[in-house]
Amino acid sequence: IFWFNYRHVANTLSVYRSVKRLGIPDSHIVLMLADDMACNYRNPKPATVFSHKNMELNVYGDDVEVDYRGYEVTVENFLRVLTGRLPPSTPRSKRLLSDDRSNILIYLTGHGGNGFLKFQDSEEISNMELADAFEQMWQKRRYNELLFIIDTCQGASMYERFYSPNLMALASSQVGEDSLSVSHTFFTCLFQFKVCPQSQCVSTPGHRTDLFQRDPGSVLITDFFGSVRKVEITKDTINLTSPVEPPIKRSGSGDIQIESLTYVDQLPVAEIIHQKPKQKDWHPPDGFILGLWTLILLVFFQTYGIKHLKHIF
Amino acid sequence: MLILSSLLLFILLAAARDEFQEELVIRPLHSGDIYASFQFRTLWDTDFLQEGQKVSHYRLFPKSLGQVLSKFSVRELHISFTQGFWRTMQWGQPFIPSPPGAELWVWFHDTVSDVDGNWKELTNVLSGIFCASLNFIDLTNTVQPSASFKPLGLGNATDHRFLRYATLPREIVCTENLTPWKKLLPCGSKAGLAVLMKSEKLFHSSFHSQAVHIRPICQDEQCSSKAWELRQTLNVVFDLHTSGQGKKEWSLFKMFSRTLTEACPLASSSKVYVDITDNPELFELSPATPLLGQAVVLGDRRTYSVYDLIMPTSSMVLSPCALGDMLRPLLHAERYVAGFGLQTGEIHTVIYNNHPYRAFPVLLMDSVPWYLQLYIHTLTVTSKSRDNKPSYIHYQPAKDRHRPHLLEMLIQLPPHSMTEVTVQFERALLKWTEYTPDPNHGFYVGSSVVSALVPSMVAMRTNFTQDQPLFSSFVPVKEESSYFVRVYTEPLLVNLPTPDFSMPYNVICLTCTVVAVGYGSFYNLLTRTFQVDEPSPPLSKRLANLIRRMRGVPLLT
Repeated sequence: IFWFNYRHVANTLSVYRSVKRLGIPDSHIVLMLADDMACNYRNPKPATVFSHKNMELNVYGDDVEVDYRGYEVTVENFLRVLTGRLPPSTPRSKRLLSDDRSNILIYLTGHGGNGFLKFQDSEEISNMELADAFEQMWQKRRYNELLFIIDTCQGASMYERFYSPNLMALASSQVGEDSLSVSHTFFTCLFQFKVCPQSQCVSTPGHRTDLFQRDPGSVLITDFFGSVRKVEITKDTINLTSPVEPPIKRSGSGDIQIESLTYVDQLPVAEIIHQKPKQKDWHPPDGFILGLWTLILLVFFQTYGIKHLKHIF
Repeated sequence: MLILSSLLLFILLAAARDEFQEELVIRPLHSGDIYASFQFRTLWDTDFLQEGQKVSHYRLFPKSLGQVLSKFSVRELHISFTQGFWRTMQWGQPFIPSPPGAELWVWFHDTVSDVDGNWKELTNVLSGIFCASLNFIDLTNTVQPSASFKPLGLGNATDHRFLRYATLPREIVCTENLTPWKKLLPCGSKAGLAVLMKSEKLFHSSFHSQAVHIRPICQDEQCSSKAWELRQTLNVVFDLHTSGQGKKEWSLFKMFSRTLTEACPLASSSKVYVDITDNPELFELSPATPLLGQAVVLGDRRTYSVYDLIMPTSSMVLSPCALGDMLRPLLHAERYVAGFGLQTGEIHTVIYNNHPYRAFPVLLMDSVPWYLQLYIHTLTVTSKSRDNKPSYIHYQPAKDRHRPHLLEMLIQLPPHSMTEVTVQFERALLKWTEYTPDPNHGFYVGSSVVSALVPSMVAMRTNFTQDQPLFSSFVPVKEESSYFVRVYTEPLLVNLPTPDFSMPYNVICLTCTVVAVGYGSFYNLLTRTFQVDEPSPPLSKRLANLIRRMRGVPLLT
């Protein structure tokens, strides 16, 4: 909706690209973009989003899959994805299907303040809500280790309230500082982890590792950003069983009635003009009607006494 | 024994065959744009809705769609995602029309007991498959048309209780919708015509529409058995001026920034058709092909150069052209909102019949959201400044927050005329939580649908043959003298009276200021006690006093 949020979309897509390149497939990524920048009418190069003004890397690419976009990016949806409390008809690509052996990386970027992050210009998520959501995830055994990266103004305030174990948090700025995400790049295309010093970035990055059970120095970045798939290579030939075919429709033998199938008339004028009105489906009476009848019956029995009841039944 | 088993194997293999065809039609339009239409068709002879037998072996038909069809007992499914509006007067009629945004209409099987529940789950599943916000489709924007949108596939019963139709005019189409769409193709985007689909070029166009149509059709000419047909279509109109072409010359590489290398190995036919009907002597096609085909499509006989990719040819196609007169589209519709202010307004739908001497009926379907309260007693239909009474009207009023308005009318259009349908409405006030995060943008009203059987100048073919090109065989033709066309109007953007969302914040600031300054000062005045206090002496006097204290002399006052 607002074109100046282009850089946030570009940041999120850079992280998405790096994570995909390090081996995590789309089925394991939930991508939420609040604004559509690539196909926006203001974009002079449609279907592209660039992370740098020299336009060398199109982070949008040709095979991006956005799971939540536009108005679907709300605080409620975000917390539901984290805690897994989604309506039963939600498709798999919109769910976080993690168990107690998964490492989760959460990257948030946008506009924020002391203790909150702004969603869609109309609502905020507070650091207490986030901490409670993580506690729910811990109690439901939905993660093994969680890395939380936040790239907003005063981002360090968002992780102050965490109290669940195995959480590590990184923020691009401390409380009281603004973060200019233009100068804060977590990833270059050589996927190096660049933490920029005070002289280059205007803000000081912060971190929190006290809830982490392992020694933070021994944690690899690729524990969160990449994944390895188990592949078994074999040189033996494997015989596949023949596929189960549906029963063959016999035709020709004996006299079978072949009903000729026809296409429906697309605009049957005569039929439409003489169409009978649709039979309305019968619905049980509304609550109001039921209440009205109950009231009438009650008044009746009150005035005439309960002994009349046996005459009815 | 061996012969028997091999025969059995042969019969088993021949039983559930599926077939894949792909084609691309390129038509230069009169406004200088190029219209490219891809169609990919997978035909499969199987029965998804069979009781007790689950289809488990998928070959060319995508498994995700097959499972959706069997789980929700879907008879027909049509979904389209469009960016841009099709300009009928400049570009003619499209092969497969679609409204801006997303459109989904589904016919369910008559065995379904809870159609609304199936519809809700189906929209959620499709939103996951196509990465679109189809989960915003609910009862407030779904309608059950009573006469429009008859099934395009085989079937007898047309009880409209099993039809659901919804549009999302606000839906954006981008690469994330194209990616899963391309994954449904048997060859993906690795071989065949789908190699040309590069998102940076496809979305840099005046019109982009991708659709999936699933329906049962006749398997052969006698129509003794039915097969499932999955058609994936992609229509693009490239504007040569924005893509930097000065001369009216185009090639596949300039349009798509890719060239065709080979046909999809799983395709039984892979063809490129170039429309050369308009002024063929001024065209120059390279490489030239002696293969010419003729097809009757949309009431017009057109000539095409056919390139068959199964037989190897080279890839570049160039053509300078100067075009003559275009066949004027016989049916055209427009829609706009009239009126001023944020309380009332008027919706005008204008339908043009450009046929010089024939009148024909059209079916107009309007689905208006509940927050625009229509006053149906003000509905007027006028053609040639005289009242035109529709022969069939179906109106279902809206229920606040439950159901939108549905208005369907069968109107007879006089020849060479303009028919105007007007209805007044009043804008409702929404609850403050119901506003979108950007309410000042406005609220969209979906396109109207005008369906008609337009008289054709050229006799149409009523029987289907296997070698007919795909673009001319989408809509089943029942009679030779007319062809079915569906025209979509523009969607409307209407402003609703919007509250000032900064009002609570302003009120809090003002109230707190008044309380703090006004009441606080008053409270202070009432409860403060005053004491007389000596003013502290200046520095010089203090120093003097200090020295005097040290000397033991009495202090200054």
